[in-house]
Amino acid sequence: MKTPGKMLPKIMGFIFRKPVTVRYPKERLTPPATLRGKMKFHLDRCISCGLCARDCPSGACTMHEIEAKKRPVFDLDYCTFCAQCAESCPKDAIEMTAEFELAHYKKGEAIVK
Amino acid sequence: MAHVKLPIGPQHPALKEPENFTITLDGERVVDVDIRIGYTHRGIEKLMETRTYTQNLYLVERICGICSYAHVENFTQNVEEILGLQIPKRAEYIRTLFLELERLHSHFLWLGVAGHEIGFDTLFMYTWQDREVVQDLLEMISGNRVNYAMNAIGGVRRDVSQEHRKKVLEGMDYLEKRAEFYKNIALNEKTILARAQNVGILKPQVALRLAAVGPTARASGISVDIRKDDPYASYLDTPFEVITTDTNDVLGRVVVRVLEIVESIKIIRYLMEHLPEGDILKKAPRKVPEGESISHTEAPRGEDFHYLHSNGTEKPERYKVRTPTLANLPATAEMLKGTYLADVPIIVAAIDPCMGCMDRVLILKNGQEKPGELISGEKLRRYGIKWYAERGWDA
Amino acid sequence: MGRIDFLLSIVYLLLFPGFLFLFAFSLFAEYLDRKIYARIQRRVGPPFLQPFADLVKLSAKEDIVPEKAEHFMFTAAPIIGLAAIFAAFLYLPIVSTTGLHSFNGDLVVVLYLLTIPTLAMFLGGWYSGNVFGQKGGMRVASLLFSYEIPFFLALLTPALLQGSWKMADITRFEAAHPLEFIVSLLGFFIGLIALQGKLERLPFDIPEAETEIVAGPLVEYSGRRLALFRLARDAEMVVGAGLIAVVFLAGPEPILPLEPVYLSWLVAALVFLLKTLFVIFLLILLKSAVARIRTDQMISFAYQWLIPLTLVQIFIAIIVRFFGGI
Repeated sequence: MKTPGKMLPKIMGFIFRKPVTVRYPKERLTPPATLRGKMKFHLDRCISCGLCARDCPSGACTMHEIEAKKRPVFDLDYCTFCAQCAESCPKDAIEMTAEFELAHYKKGEAIVK
Repeated sequence: MAHVKLPIGPQHPALKEPENFTITLDGERVVDVDIRIGYTHRGIEKLMETRTYTQNLYLVERICGICSYAHVENFTQNVEEILGLQIPKRAEYIRTLFLELERLHSHFLWLGVAGHEIGFDTLFMYTWQDREVVQDLLEMISGNRVNYAMNAIGGVRRDVSQEHRKKVLEGMDYLEKRAEFYKNIALNEKTILARAQNVGILKPQVALRLAAVGPTARASGISVDIRKDDPYASYLDTPFEVITTDTNDVLGRVVVRVLEIVESIKIIRYLMEHLPEGDILKKAPRKVPEGESISHTEAPRGEDFHYLHSNGTEKPERYKVRTPTLANLPATAEMLKGTYLADVPIIVAAIDPCMGCMDRVLILKNGQEKPGELISGEKLRRYGIKWYAERGWDA
Repeated sequence: MGRIDFLLSIVYLLLFPGFLFLFAFSLFAEYLDRKIYARIQRRVGPPFLQPFADLVKLSAKEDIVPEKAEHFMFTAAPIIGLAAIFAAFLYLPIVSTTGLHSFNGDLVVVLYLLTIPTLAMFLGGWYSGNVFGQKGGMRVASLLFSYEIPFFLALLTPALLQGSWKMADITRFEAAHPLEFIVSLLGFFIGLIALQGKLERLPFDIPEAETEIVAGPLVEYSGRRLALFRLARDAEMVVGAGLIAVVFLAGPEPILPLEPVYLSWLVAALVFLLKTLFVIFLLILLKSAVARIRTDQMISFAYQWLIPLTLVQIFIAIIVRFFGGI
């Protein structure tokens, strides 16, 4: 006869072991280096082609004229972190870092120039 | 006792996403079901017409969180077919790897959700902890846990290194042991059998007539799997079995999904051991010539079907998506008739509903050209309140 | 002497081991329940004061009575439930082998008083004016028909073995003959399962099945009334487990007699606590290993398995009593 409670032996083993919860923010997990987080923009490599702004799916990357040079400005409120801009750039001027703790309080606060 | 009309949804703890099942009850037995959908319609197909193909890659991904990669795969296959592009072999293998990893994480998620629906929270917690292994692998290779953004038109964007291969194989060893454990529990735990056996019966002829897809149909003995019937990516090369059972009930669907986990692990092992060398991306032109294309893949829930009509510019003319949950809904209505009220959540959960995927607009014109009416948000809200009040559900 | 007795009775009633003790013990039992359940699932679980914090928070929230509800019964239901449990607790032997009073038949009185919280939940659901509440109430009533019989019969087995309905005599008998436990082992397990059914915990929590009927009979309760219902449920677990500990495991009597005798009330209370906690631990293990079963499956389980096994147990007890020469 099949009795209920098949899991009981397995369960007993877990009662006194440490839980798997990571108690953020006291303990943190390190994400892999390939995580698509906040982008880093190298101004010296930019050639103002505008391909990044053309390919951005959410309109986060827009071209602005600052100090007589056209360059992209990234608004993190709209960014989906897809890294298409990094791929479209012919000069590798955009690089995705693994920084992901980007919560902020006011809209329009997080801009990468 | 008189028939009571009970609305399950749109907000209900049993449902993960909003939909409305109006069930007519006679005591504890369900007599009739009326389904209303459309609560999460987002207008994705219209949005796709306003964006270029490169931008659409990321929009298509977000049709669903759990089966996102199947949608992207369909989209890129459609565009590549119109362009006449043949992607490199290594890219095909990497795409298949992601398709199978997604199937793994979706089935583990479903096991947990099904456990939660029948009150078995311990199973829920255990399966979701094992799912974290898969999520870590996905994050390591693609950079994100869901919505992997791996595909580009013409191949994939990121490569799988030797280090990644080693980690994937280690992960698979661990998951294989866990899958054995869950198979044991699903087949032998008396309380699960009591809730899942002979519940939600779907006879094979009815399943064929109502066009059920995915594990819902495979549990009724119908061997329909797009990976075998119409192979895409690298499914022609990899050996695997199509799992069917013939119990026609919820237990069959549980068994099909657990065994599919085992099959996916086998496929991933094969892919990792036989990964060919070469390029991963072939550059594709931005403008796509005029043409039509269809593509279908086996998402974790069933057959996912996409249609693309391009017109020679950078933006598509029309894109249509038909997700597996929509195909399974008429079968669900049939399954729900004649069962107990207590079984309704588990039967709905057994088809693995993904309502967010499913909602699309269908305009029925009755053969006449009637101009549509444009109403404001406020008018729509008042119409909704009046509609519910008429049915006596203003509680 | 009369006044000191009177004062001692008041202390017993209100502080220890009366209302305050029951209150604290039920909160502690709820904490243990949630913590061990979480650790089994490899989660962290709530901190120690969580159940108390929940009660305080609920009492501070707005208490709404829906328009369609019957105001008097809606308010009275949780109060009746809690009062019945408190009354039952007074008869349990905690600091000595007698409770506040002890008389022949107090076991039966406690069993009857323990039925009232279930009825109170049914009334609360029925008078809440919500179709989900009424369905939940009906499910509670069907449970009542299935689990009272095995529970009563299983707990009457040690009374049969000993020959009286007085809990004081039963505990003394169990302490004097510890091997009697083996004879009533089957009754112990049936009592545990039936208690799980009475308390409406997994696998028998169909009235309060969150995923189907949205909290069942408690669906329209909020604020103070909900706090009272939750306290009643925790207290029911303590009293039920305490009753099983008293009847099967010899309650507050330690296995070996201990000196010094003037601290015997403290030792007795500790022993009672430990035995009740052991029973609660078994209930928690049962809760985490199984899924929820349907109403009709529960009723057929009770009538096909529990009741026949209980009858077997009673038969064994009768044989041992009359042929074992005890």
